Amino acid sequence: MRRVVLALAAAGAAVAYLRRRRTTPERVDLYFEDGSMVSLASGSGRADRLVQLARDVLVAARA
Amino acid sequence: MDAGQALADLIEVSSQIDGAVLLGPGDEVAASTWDGDRGARVAAAARALVAAAEEAQGGSPLTQLHAASETGAVFCVREGDRMVAAVTTPDPTVGLVFYDLRTTLRLAAEQAEAKAAKPRAKKASPKKEAEPEPEAQAEPEQEVADA
Repeated sequence: MRRVVLALAAAGAAVAYLRRRRTTPERVDLYFEDGSMVSLASGSGRADRLVQLARDVLVAARA
Repeated sequence: MDAGQALADLIEVSSQIDGAVLLGPGDEVAASTWDGDRGARVAAAARALVAAAEEAQGGSPLTQLHAASETGAVFCVREGDRMVAAVTTPDPTVGLVFYDLRTTLRLAAEQAEAKAAKPRAKKASPKKEAEPEPEAQAEPEQEVADA
């Protein structure tokens, strides 16, 4: 019984890990005229606003 | 090749790109792979995204943008007064998509330059046709002078 519980727990952890790995991290990369580049990861206020605007583009394209 | 053909070729060579819209000078939609108003809606949304990105970075001019989300990615590439915005599948090959979009912009710019040069050539050609008349009149005079 204990082995079965352990096996199920291990399988659940593996599935959770793989699903997390497969999920694309939301971010915005900006490249400027002067050659500089800024990568904004989802979670900050600026990035979230830009990610939302990017989602609007996707919705407009797929509507 | 016109702007529409450049976009059609882009979609054909890049399996990752779902669709794209090309904006010309004045931000008008020059060509789109989407029918009807959809191209205009995507263009408006892409313009808003680029404007917000520039605003977020203190107004610095943006040349390229890549926004990744779970459902897909958005790419914008700008060169001079032209911009191309594209929508791709999730996890695209970023460098390849940027390369394809830059190529499309270059082809569209070349086509626009060629189009602009044609009327100039047409305007110039009637003058050439009109020129032979005085020469034709001048030739007999020269012969007389030589004789």
